[in-house]
Amino acid sequence: MKHYKKNLTLLAGLLLATSTYAAKELLNVSYDPTREFYKEYNDWFTKQWKQDTGEDVRIKQSHGGAGKQARSVIDGLAADVVTLALAYDIDAISSRTGKFPSDWQSRLPNGSAPYTSTIVFLVREGNPKGIKDWGDLAKPGIEVITPNPKTSGGARWNFLAAYAWAREAFDGDIAKVEDFVGRVYKNVPVLDSGARGSTTTFVQRGIGDVLLAWENEAFLSLKELGEDSFDIVVPSVSILARPPVTVVDENAKKHGNLKLANAYLEKLYTPFAQRLVAKHFYRPFLPEFADAEDIARFPKVKLITVDEAFGGWQKAQAEHFSDGGTFDRIYTK
Amino acid sequence: MTQHATATAPKTPRRSKKRGSVLPGFTPTMGFTIAYLSLIVLIPLSTVFLKTAGMSWAEFVEAGFSTRVLAAYKLTFGTAFLAALVNAVFGLLLAWVLVRYRFPGRRLIDGMVDLPFALPTAVAGIALTAIYSRNGWMGSWLEDLGIKVAYTPIGITIALIFIGLPFVVRTLQPVIEEIDVELEEAAATLGAGRWTIFRKVLFPTFFPALLTGFALAFARGIGEYGSVVFISGNMPMRTEIAPLLIVTKLEQYDYMGATAIALVMLVISFFLLLAINLLQRWSSQRIGHS
Repeated sequence: MKHYKKNLTLLAGLLLATSTYAAKELLNVSYDPTREFYKEYNDWFTKQWKQDTGEDVRIKQSHGGAGKQARSVIDGLAADVVTLALAYDIDAISSRTGKFPSDWQSRLPNGSAPYTSTIVFLVREGNPKGIKDWGDLAKPGIEVITPNPKTSGGARWNFLAAYAWAREAFDGDIAKVEDFVGRVYKNVPVLDSGARGSTTTFVQRGIGDVLLAWENEAFLSLKELGEDSFDIVVPSVSILARPPVTVVDENAKKHGNLKLANAYLEKLYTPFAQRLVAKHFYRPFLPEFADAEDIARFPKVKLITVDEAFGGWQKAQAEHFSDGGTFDRIYTK
Repeated sequence: MTQHATATAPKTPRRSKKRGSVLPGFTPTMGFTIAYLSLIVLIPLSTVFLKTAGMSWAEFVEAGFSTRVLAAYKLTFGTAFLAALVNAVFGLLLAWVLVRYRFPGRRLIDGMVDLPFALPTAVAGIALTAIYSRNGWMGSWLEDLGIKVAYTPIGITIALIFIGLPFVVRTLQPVIEEIDVELEEAAATLGAGRWTIFRKVLFPTFFPALLTGFALAFARGIGEYGSVVFISGNMPMRTEIAPLLIVTKLEQYDYMGATAIALVMLVISFFLLLAINLLQRWSSQRIGHS
C-alpha cells in the first residue's frame, strides 16, 4: 500500500512537472537549403518572444524537398507555418486543404517573401570550358547538372531561367526557344530528384562541367569545399526566386498558436533577421539592414520574375511541367 | 522452404476432410490469418484499385500506358529479371559453397549474405554510385575499358543484384543441406559423370527452391526504389524506373496517375509471380512423384 502511494505521488509530480514545463510548440515546415538559416533564426526568435511575452516557445523544424513537404502538410502534417521554395507548392496546400485563404501571398510584404535568391552557374575551378551565359549550356560536349523539374522545385526555377533567357535571345520564336531548352537538357547526364542530390553529383562525384544551382547553395558549396575548387559564374539574365512563407491558419488556431505564428513570420522582416538572411547567402528583401560585406557578395544581375515572364506559377506549371508539357516533349519527341 | 509447402499442399485438405486435422484450432487460426492478411495486404492494395476507379478509361490509358511509362516498365521489369537471373546463378554457387565446404571465415561470409537485407537501400545506392561513377575506383577502371556503369541500365542491374542476393542464397541453403551425399555417390558408382550428376541428380532437387529464390529476388527488384534512384541517373526514356515515375506523379499532386502506374505494375507482377509459382509447382510435382 505504501509502495502504491509512493508511486502515485511520483506520477503526480511527473504530471505537474510536465505541465509547467510544457512550452508552446511551433512547427515550421520548410525545404532543404534553409536549414542553417532557420536554426539560427529560431534561437533568436525564442529569446525575443520570451522577452516580449514571458512565454517559452520551442520551434520544431522539418526540412525536405519542397514538393514532398507540401504533400505532407496536405496529407495532415500539422504545420503552424510553411516556408517553402515555390508559391506553387503553398498554393497547392491552400487549394487542397482550405486551411488558409488563397490570397495568402498578400498577407506579408514582397509577396510574402522575406528573402529571395536566384539561379547561378557553379563551374570547375578556372572555368575550363569557358561557360559564361545560358547560350553556352546548349553547346555540344558541355555536361550540365540540374535536377528533374518534375520532382524538384529548384529545378523548375532553372528551367524557367533558361527558357526566359532563350525567349529574349531568339526574339520570342517559341520553336527556337524549345529547341534550345531541349539541347540544354540533352546535355544533362543525370537528372537527380532534388537540388541537394544534384549538388552531390557535381561536387562529390565529379560529374558535369556546370551545375545550375540556387545562389545560396552555390555560396554554401564554396564555403564548405574551399574556394579553390569551384567558381561561380553569373549569367546575363536570371530569375528572381522568391521562396515564400505563410501561416497555416487552421492548424495554428487549433494549437492556440495563431498570434505566435504570425509574429514568427513577421519578425523575419526585422533588421536582425534580414541581416541573418544575408549572412546565410540569401538576398534580403530589405538590404539596408544587412552587413555591407554580405551584400557585396551578390553580383548585380538582371532578374526577371515568374509573374512577369510566365504569368504566375499556375500557368508556368501547366505549360511546362505538367504531363505533356514542354519538359516532357523534350524527351518524348 | 516454400517448396515444401507447395509440395505438400494438395495432401492437406484431403486429409482434413477424412480424419480432421492433426492440429486443433483450425477455425480460429484460419480466421486470424484472413483478418490479418486483409488488414496488412488486401485493404491497402484495394485502395489502389479504388483510387483508379475514379478515372475514365482514356485517362487511365494515358497515365498508365504512355510511351514514357512503357519505357519505364520495360526497364524496370527487364533489369529486375536480369538481376534475378544473375542472382540465381551466383546465389546457387554461393549457397553450394557455404553448405558443402568447411573453410575458415565461412560463418563470416554466411553472415555477410544478410547485409543487403539490413542496410537501408539508400545507403546501398549511394555507396554503389560512389564506387561505380566516373571518379569512383571501380568506375574509373571500367571507364578506361569503355564501360559505363553508373547512370546506365547496367548500374540499375548491379543495384538490384545487390538487393536480391540474400533471397536466392537463403532459400537454397536449407534445400542443399538436405541433399544426401550418398545420392551423388550412388550416381557416381552407376557410372554417371560429374555433369550428368549435376544435371540429373542435383539440379532437379533444388530447382523448385531456385525458382522461389528467383521469384523473390525478381519481385524485390521490381519494387526497389531507394537504391536505384541514386545510381540510375533518372533520364526519361532511358534510365527512369517505374517506381520513380510514381513518385514523380505524386510530386505533381497527381494521385490518380500515380495509382494508375501502380495498378499496372501490380497486375503485371501478379501474373508473372503466378506463372513462376505454377512453373515451380509443376516442376516440384514432376520431381516429387517420379
